[in-house]
Amino acid sequence: MAGAVVRIGAADFEPGAELRSLSERTEGAGGLGCFIGIVRGEAAGRPIAAMTLEHYPGMTERAVRAIAEEAQNRWHLLGTTVIHRVGRLTPGERIVLVMAAALHRGPALEATSFLIDWLKTKAPFWKKEHFTDGAEAWVAARASDEAAATRW
Amino acid sequence: MRLLYFAWLRERLGRAEEEVTPPPSVETVADLMAWLGAREAGRTTAAFAEPGLIRAAVNQEFAGPGTRLAPGDEVAFFPPVTGG
Repeated sequence: MAGAVVRIGAADFEPGAELRSLSERTEGAGGLGCFIGIVRGEAAGRPIAAMTLEHYPGMTERAVRAIAEEAQNRWHLLGTTVIHRVGRLTPGERIVLVMAAALHRGPALEATSFLIDWLKTKAPFWKKEHFTDGAEAWVAARASDEAAATRW
Repeated sequence: MRLLYFAWLRERLGRAEEEVTPPPSVETVADLMAWLGAREAGRTTAAFAEPGLIRAAVNQEFAGPGTRLAPGDEVAFFPPVTGG
């Protein structure tokens, strides 16, 4: 079993290279699920200039790895990749990548949904939005995200 | 005991971390929050005014209000997480 690859940092990632890498280390996989999160250009109708992602060095890596291992165990995955960026990001930039390799499409797609749902509610990251008018605000946790996470 | 603060809690307190030595009566996460809240009494920017909005971790594991504390613990306070 190839296990989980977890990276938390400021650097961008190249989705094609990450897909190839996961595919190469999960021989026998019948499907790869993939989700990429991207910074939107607006929040509740207000245009944003940038977003800052804060994390808790040490705990964040540990929490993300625990989530990936939970997915591996629940869906008997052949491998997972979770990359989450931190720092200042502008609209259109990639924030997060989650991928799951499984024998069949069902577990690959379900595990991908699970990974992003749990990342949003069980890993220590905080987003701050910087609006184009100069105002800024910390993003509030959403009940819909919590509901999505608890369905697993 | 080492305390860490994140996101708006860090901004309101004006610091990311500090060392504290709470009295022996502070036995749990909830006790520590109440003690920290009392310390900032009267300040309009009180960070601990609404404990319901604050989450905690002890030694880098999420921890509920009843979690017991020991000297030397690393305790973090932060708002509900919003990553992904």
